[in-house]
Amino acid sequence: MIDVFTVILIGASTLAGVIAVVLGLLGRKPSDVTVISLVIVELLLIAQVVIAIAAPFTGNPPTGNLGEFWIYLATACLMPPAAIAWALTDRSRWSTVVLGVGALAIAVMAYRMNQIWNIQLA
Amino acid sequence: MSTRPKLAGPARILVAVYAVLAIAATGRSAFQIIDRFDEAPIAFSLSAVAAVVYLLATLALAFRWDRVAWITIGFELLGVLVVGTLTLVAPDLIGLRDVPLLDRATGREGTVWALFGLGYLCVPLVLPVIGLLYLGRGRRAAAVAD
Repeated sequence: MIDVFTVILIGASTLAGVIAVVLGLLGRKPSDVTVISLVIVELLLIAQVVIAIAAPFTGNPPTGNLGEFWIYLATACLMPPAAIAWALTDRSRWSTVVLGVGALAIAVMAYRMNQIWNIQLA
Repeated sequence: MSTRPKLAGPARILVAVYAVLAIAATGRSAFQIIDRFDEAPIAFSLSAVAAVVYLLATLALAFRWDRVAWITIGFELLGVLVVGTLTLVAPDLIGLRDVPLLDRATGREGTVWALFGLGYLCVPLVLPVIGLLYLGRGRRAAAVAD
């Protein structure tokens, strides 16, 4: 993983999560803002996939278990589509909160991925 | 699903959070068991049990199997309290004697209920309480409706 990118990923998903949770609790239905913020998080996750594939070949191998790392990353990649599908089928304020919960979970998972890559020993 | 009465709004959040926790616990415990079961067999087995119970609780909440929801969520609260206490005061009982304190929740031997769910921001401790309160409220509402 790349430190700067990890900060961007965690920051963006936290921000997207807080915005969606707050808007949802204020009673807003899923909107362009909340759905697109999840799309942006997904794009960042896909960039993270590319980084994770390339990094070990450029002298940046994980200190922890690569398989464990990939389980986190693959699961994280599935969450924005699932949350957006939820938002498209259930047009209520609670779907906006679900979008936020999904984004916040990704922030936690990205933190764990960073731990596995940089701190945990295999 | 369409013939069922819709879940109350906040209950949908409960289902979503349970689903995330179920996926997280399942993925992690499955990997730990396949990769390094020998390192902490009791802890990893407990984690797998927790994962299955989270899956069941998610389904029970979503499809309104109230009895199953009571049992699974009650079991979770019991599990997080018992395992949380053991990891804190008697780690050797679940085979984690040589694991440093915080690593019991967040390290490679980390599991979902360890240290009261610290590795999952204590969501495993808070969630069953909210779940039971929600179920209790539904039961009272049903009693009034009868």
